[in-house]
Amino acid sequence: MTDIQVCIGSVCHLKGSYDIINKLNKLIEENGLSDKYKVKATFCLGNCVGAVCVKLREEIYSVLPETTEQFFNENVKGSAE
Amino acid sequence: MSKFESNVQYIKYLVNREIAKRFLANENLNEVIEDIAETIIPGPKPITRCCIYKERHIIGDRVKIAIEPIKEGENVIKIIRSACDECPVDRFVVTEACRGCLAHKCHEVCPKNAITIVNHRAYINQELCIECGRCHDVCPFGAISDVLRPCLCSCGAKAIVIDEDKKAYIDDEKCTHCGACVYNCPFGAIVDKSYVVEMLDLIKKSENNSKYKVYAIVAPAISSQFTEAKIEQVINGIEKIGFFHVVEVALGADIVSCHEAKEFAETIEERKWMTTSCCPAFVKYIEKNYPELMDHVSSTVSPMIAIARTIRSLEPNCKIVFIGPCTAKKMEINEEDLKGDVDLVITFEELRAVFDAMEIDLTKCEETSLDNASYYGRLFARSGGVIEAVKQANKNLGINADIQPVKCNGLDEVVKTLKIASFGRLNGNLIEGMACKCGCIGGAASISHGPKDMSEVDKYGKLSKEENSVQATRIFDLDKIDLERKYKVLQNKDN
Repeated sequence: MTDIQVCIGSVCHLKGSYDIINKLNKLIEENGLSDKYKVKATFCLGNCVGAVCVKLREEIYSVLPETTEQFFNENVKGSAE
Repeated sequence: MSKFESNVQYIKYLVNREIAKRFLANENLNEVIEDIAETIIPGPKPITRCCIYKERHIIGDRVKIAIEPIKEGENVIKIIRSACDECPVDRFVVTEACRGCLAHKCHEVCPKNAITIVNHRAYINQELCIECGRCHDVCPFGAISDVLRPCLCSCGAKAIVIDEDKKAYIDDEKCTHCGACVYNCPFGAIVDKSYVVEMLDLIKKSENNSKYKVYAIVAPAISSQFTEAKIEQVINGIEKIGFFHVVEVALGADIVSCHEAKEFAETIEERKWMTTSCCPAFVKYIEKNYPELMDHVSSTVSPMIAIARTIRSLEPNCKIVFIGPCTAKKMEINEEDLKGDVDLVITFEELRAVFDAMEIDLTKCEETSLDNASYYGRLFARSGGVIEAVKQANKNLGINADIQPVKCNGLDEVVKTLKIASFGRLNGNLIEGMACKCGCIGGAASISHGPKDMSEVDKYGKLSKEENSVQATRIFDLDKIDLERKYKVLQNKDN
């Protein structure tokens, strides 16, 4: 199981992190990856300039609700092991 | 000093600021008590007391209360015996204005025959006086004064007792830790234990949040405080103290509104009426005076505990400091079923002192946003707000239970309403209990208590991104977070 941590600190929240969480959950389910990935909320990943911060495999990405699907396709889907 | 409402606040502030400064300079606080007293009272003339030596002694006592760790279960509300000015105990006293008139209505009206005329002057026998006030009302010269000691007058729980030396002391069996006496004693002789040192130590030992992360959770009442700067600058200032991150307690309030709305719908038929549980002094008042009514108190944890447990569910090894206007929260965190959720509680007064000790100028701070909660979560800071929040959660969750609210604004109203409820005559089914007038924004350790504060709360509430409590909590797996209280009184009853 791999965790995808989405920051819900104030700055990230204002930029739509709740929507990102919901979108990621939906995408994971649609792609049948529920046993491989788990989306977790976290308070502050320490990089508020790059809000919304998403942490996957020790790397921090800057994602927005509009780019969530792109992020998912590039980094989650297809590299699920 | 326009930052403060009174010199009582100001002296508390000076003590906290000086202690913080010395701690940050790595001084041994126990060795510098006298030095601190001399710094705050430089002399040569005293400010209010008889001499600077007494004033310094009192400052020394204040410092000791602030730096000495407290024993488990010990009351955080303390009387400084040296500072208690032994105010008059007798409520009604005949003054110089008495003309020794022929009518002496005072004598006629007294139901206890406590008034005699001696040497053409009225005289009240205090042994017989029942403080009904009729003599005061009837005197055509207004010659009978009515002065109730401010500490006695402020305490709705009747926990202040006067000893034979006319000094006040606190009956811990009755005290609800609301802090009204702290705020109301004109001599500043009652204080809440300061946690400035403990907080700075917690941050220091975190080694820049590397050993553990220190979260500040901030009560929504902050909206009416530190008004010289924007709220975003205040949040930035709090982070500058060394906190890892600041989270709104109002998000915990959103969680509580949803949980409490469900609890109401599920239990009201059996319970007939229930109360809110966010105010620890209100809950403590019921626990101590009406233990048989504890079944009616909501078993939902307070917003402070709800948000702390939410943060811990995401970050198990963190430390959490609550910052608010409340002295009773300092006791709440040590309740048996809540231990370990919140590490420390400091007040807005203490926060102000730390800002200044660290020379953090809020007006020059950058802006850090603070936004997780909804409008309704933020409303918990004022009287009437919890009812509004529970009602909207009830609606937005699609429960639509029939909520008939009864609002208790301040401990005096709490006392009256509970008496009525204990007789089974409550006109309603949900009591909102707040021990402080106006709610948390009128909290004993608030820096500002103005009437305009109510509208500040609403204004701040309207800035939230999330529309309602259900929206604000939608990403949390709340079923996995324990939101239930286990009240000691009820536990003992079961055993």
